[in-house]
Amino acid sequence: MKDILEIRWHGRGGQGAKTAAQFLAEAALDMGKSIQAFPEYGPERAGAPVRAYTRISDGRIDTHSGVTNPDGVVVIDHTLLEAVDVTEGLGDDGFLIVNTSESVDFIRRKTNYKKGKIAVCDATKISLETLGISMPNTPMLGALLRVRPIVPREVLENEVRKKFLKKIGEEKTEANIKAIKRAFEETQLG
Amino acid sequence: MKVQEKEKMAKKNLTALTGDQAITEAMRQIEPDVVAAYPITPQTEIVMGFSQLVADGKVKTEMIPVESEHSAMSACVGSSASGARTMTATSANGLALMWEVVYIAASLRLPIVMPVVNRALSGPINIHCDHSDTMGARDSGWIQVYSENGQEAYENAIVAVRIAEHKNIMLPVMVCQDGFITSHAVEGIDLFPDDKVKQFIGEYKREHSLLDVENPVTYGPLDLQDFYFEHKRQQVEAMGNALNTIPEILDEFNKTFGRSHDLVEGYRLDDAETAIVVLSSTAGTTRVVVDELRKEGMKVGLLKPRFFRPFPKERIMKSLSNLKAVAILDRSESFSTLGGPLFNEIKSALYESDRRPLAVNYVFGLGGRDIFPADIKKVYKELEEIKKTRKIRSLISYLGVRE
Repeated sequence: MKDILEIRWHGRGGQGAKTAAQFLAEAALDMGKSIQAFPEYGPERAGAPVRAYTRISDGRIDTHSGVTNPDGVVVIDHTLLEAVDVTEGLGDDGFLIVNTSESVDFIRRKTNYKKGKIAVCDATKISLETLGISMPNTPMLGALLRVRPIVPREVLENEVRKKFLKKIGEEKTEANIKAIKRAFEETQLG
Repeated sequence: MKVQEKEKMAKKNLTALTGDQAITEAMRQIEPDVVAAYPITPQTEIVMGFSQLVADGKVKTEMIPVESEHSAMSACVGSSASGARTMTATSANGLALMWEVVYIAASLRLPIVMPVVNRALSGPINIHCDHSDTMGARDSGWIQVYSENGQEAYENAIVAVRIAEHKNIMLPVMVCQDGFITSHAVEGIDLFPDDKVKQFIGEYKREHSLLDVENPVTYGPLDLQDFYFEHKRQQVEAMGNALNTIPEILDEFNKTFGRSHDLVEGYRLDDAETAIVVLSSTAGTTRVVVDELRKEGMKVGLLKPRFFRPFPKERIMKSLSNLKAVAILDRSESFSTLGGPLFNEIKSALYESDRRPLAVNYVFGLGGRDIFPADIKKVYKELEEIKKTRKIRSLISYLGVRE
């Protein structure tokens, strides 16, 4: 039945959840897939919890309603675990990826997400070490590809290059690519 | 075969764009002589993107950044009457603020093309999608075309130029799409080559230009009991002409770009017993539900009117004539207590039909309330009941509201 992959992104306003959702979609578009990427617009304030979604399919995507049962959830800010139900609608065969320095077991206890796959990645630390700022959205893309190889990493990296090169220059763009690679390697699965 | 090949080739060249950005791209290719606009959520990205194109010298358009939507439409009226190809864009309260000039643009027969990103009207304040803004303007004399996604919005904007400027029509066109749902969703958009678009829309030469001093004309004079009525009668005639001429223009568009646009779009209606009629993005979600229910053996279909003005009465009557029950879904309220505008116009059209289905109305999605496949399934299940019992339990229902 499910021929559309649906990912939900949780972040806080300004952390780039929308951008991450879009990067993933555009990388998939490069692979010839049908895509949708859209944020859930509420009151937009820096720091407020925001959600964004990515839909990817080999066939057409005609659905224009929100995602209620995602295949996977990516949490860009771990403080959201206290504020929102990040596993809402997530099935037992789904996956949850959290940007945290805590362990998989800790997140499992914290979220009470019993059966599905959980992965953790300290994307904030990676971001600080590679970019010098806390911008954990791009490394979380690397973590996601580790859990689910939705697109080859090179395709995603090319997409990031395409988007960032003009905007932030070569040095920072390459730092982002490095962050994605490190996150991919350092993600812990459980 | 040829069309399929074309689509396959095109798929490699899809560009990731939001519905708003798709409109900006259409405007870049149309390259109007004048754009006068004021930004308003969720249309902002269109005006922002187009202003950037003007600033970067990518288009030769004269961009008039005005102080309000009332001024935007006023500037458009002056510009269009002078013979310049003119566009603007707006949403909700912006459309409401240009109200009196919206009527003037239509009655002066000015072929202005205006993308409208549908949004709820205040109050209470809401920035999300419903159709109360353009449905309120349904009697203003503008042509209205509704778009399911960014791709359709892009294509409708291009074809709208030809429709508006056709000598048998000469009416302004609103190109509607759903606020946020498609305006802010990134999808893969198949953009046509610039030269092909330019060739399709051609040059605009106004027959009676305000600036043609050799052949002076008057626009917008006092027009009282003596001739006002005749002018209104002519406007109706133009709208009637539009109904006959739009299919010819769409045909040319389809041949040029390998598409299949029509006044209305039916889906699995041929042997359907029940169907939903709905505009814009919700038609896409409904199509998915139709496929699911068909797998369960239910004979369901979908009718998506693309044009609401002029109202394609004959086509709608014919599309619905074999059905036993139909649900018309409205994303706006008319406060007549008799249901939404789409429902009432379709019901009125069916009155003339010998073979007509039982018809019910669902008002949904006001202020951006999401409509899910489960909601749409509920409607089809209710239609199944009506089909079996030949009884309508509730003529007008509100889908997804707390009662």
